[in-house]
Amino acid sequence: MFPFVAKRIWSGFLTLAALATLTFFIMRLAPGGPFSRNRKISPEVQANIEAAFHLDEPVWQQFGRYIWGIVRGDLGPSTRFRDYSVNDLIASGLPYSLTIGFWAILVASLVGIGLGLAGALRRNGWTDYAAGTVGVIGIAVPIFIIGPLAQLYFSVHLGWFPVGGMNDGWRSLVLPVLVLALPNIAYISRLTRSSLIETMRENHVRTSRAKGIGPWLVMVRHVMTGAMLPVVAYLGPAAAALITGSILIETVFALPGIGRFFVDAALNRDYPLVMGITLVYGGFLILFNLLTDLLRGWMDPRVRHEG
Amino acid sequence: MKAEAPQSTLSLQFRRVRANRLAMVSVWVLLAVVLMCYLGPYAFPFTGEDADFDNISAPIDLFSAHPFGTDDYGRDLLVRVLEGGRVSLAIGFLGALVAGVIGVLYGAVSGFVGGRVDNLMMRAVEVLYGFPYIILVILLGLLFGGGTLALFAAIVFTLWLTPAVIVRAQAQSLAKREFVEAARAGGMPNWQIIWTHIVPNCVSVVIVYGSLLVPEVILSESFLSFLGIGIKEPQASWGNLIQAGTSAMETDLRLLLLPGMLLATVLFCLNFIADGLRDAFDPNER
Repeated sequence: MFPFVAKRIWSGFLTLAALATLTFFIMRLAPGGPFSRNRKISPEVQANIEAAFHLDEPVWQQFGRYIWGIVRGDLGPSTRFRDYSVNDLIASGLPYSLTIGFWAILVASLVGIGLGLAGALRRNGWTDYAAGTVGVIGIAVPIFIIGPLAQLYFSVHLGWFPVGGMNDGWRSLVLPVLVLALPNIAYISRLTRSSLIETMRENHVRTSRAKGIGPWLVMVRHVMTGAMLPVVAYLGPAAAALITGSILIETVFALPGIGRFFVDAALNRDYPLVMGITLVYGGFLILFNLLTDLLRGWMDPRVRHEG
Repeated sequence: MKAEAPQSTLSLQFRRVRANRLAMVSVWVLLAVVLMCYLGPYAFPFTGEDADFDNISAPIDLFSAHPFGTDDYGRDLLVRVLEGGRVSLAIGFLGALVAGVIGVLYGAVSGFVGGRVDNLMMRAVEVLYGFPYIILVILLGLLFGGGTLALFAAIVFTLWLTPAVIVRAQAQSLAKREFVEAARAGGMPNWQIIWTHIVPNCVSVVIVYGSLLVPEVILSESFLSFLGIGIKEPQASWGNLIQAGTSAMETDLRLLLLPGMLLATVLFCLNFIADGLRDAFDPNER
């Protein structure tokens, strides 16, 4: 197990390093800067600003400064929100994003696995069709359509939840979490269903049933253990889907999370903030992929020897 | 009893797709949407960027010059949605095609050649896989400076990975087969073996995954345009039309519903077609 874990951690570290490098050079090469506005500023002021943000140094020196900053956990100053560092902005937005992401992934796993189970146990029954319909809608209708429609119906018409913002306690979380969870509910329920059906056909399941083990015990001990592997493997991609979704959700529901900062920063060419949030997202994704791999390796010894 | 003509696996598989009613209906609906988007705008005497100042924010009136009304600049909504569809569909299909071709070639070479080359090529893919996909698209979009072509390049650059990994696995197992051995013994150069033996044998896998790529590309495009990073006004795309629709939805829902429903329809169809293809090409799944 140990070499497997070490290898995964090492490759995660490599990915993060590559991400930091790539992000830095993409941002350096991208046209326009944070200070190229329509308003004319005198060359002295321009030079002062550039000196303050070290934009007058050669690129390799800027890169070294940036990497050294990352190592010390300092992501530099934001060029758009004066007087705020990227660290401050991320620290203020991350709790909201994490809260929403946590609840969304919890809801998605519970509901998704539940729907998949219901579908697999009563194939072609009404629960199966209902689960299938939810699945198809969740996969095909993008959340930037479902989100606004949910706002319109549940917030504006019925007035149950706030339209946006975070000022209403748990109520302001309900819609964003549900909308964000929906595509993942769809994927997880489909995956659970097909993998359960496949496992239930296998020989060891038939044997244990023939030996007279009760249907519940067979399900819990012999079907679920094997059938959950692909579902666990989906956790990594699910984290990626959550990041994508949370950027949208935070924009649609006007939540002060890092996804909205990211879009804002990208539109305003606030490069340090873009790079900082990219690293945070990348770090999370890598962490999730690592956890998924470890979980799979723990559940299924074959995975450890894949190389 | 009449002897049946021998059939290739591929034609058998396509016959199985044709037997799938949902997939076939989806094909026809999709075809209708595509034709509508490409031919529809010619039926109107104005384009989606022409403002009609006498009819600003006109409501739905099927028998007027603007059947689905106009937006707050007086631009015809239907024509804008159809023109936006052209962009979204073109990026979707071309993007999936280009990403598919790159992925197949990369995967075929990597899987067939094997050894150190394979190791290096797959390490690169692994590193790229660890990146948050949508973040990478946004960064590349910034790098290429926005616009349709930039968006296209950014999406393709991030989407060829999955086909590459799948084809590589296929190519690896093919490389050990006897007919490849025979070709090698017969003195065929590597590139020719890849081209005539490996790539054609990966076709069915690629069709299944390629069909899943199309909705993904369309979704990415509209996602970015929705956020204002992709295709920008005045050029229409489903993403920025939906964005404009959401900001006006409390007073006028049709601005959101028309592009939204068309996008959802296309995504539904593409998903059903992809499901149908997967069932036909990979019967073990069900």
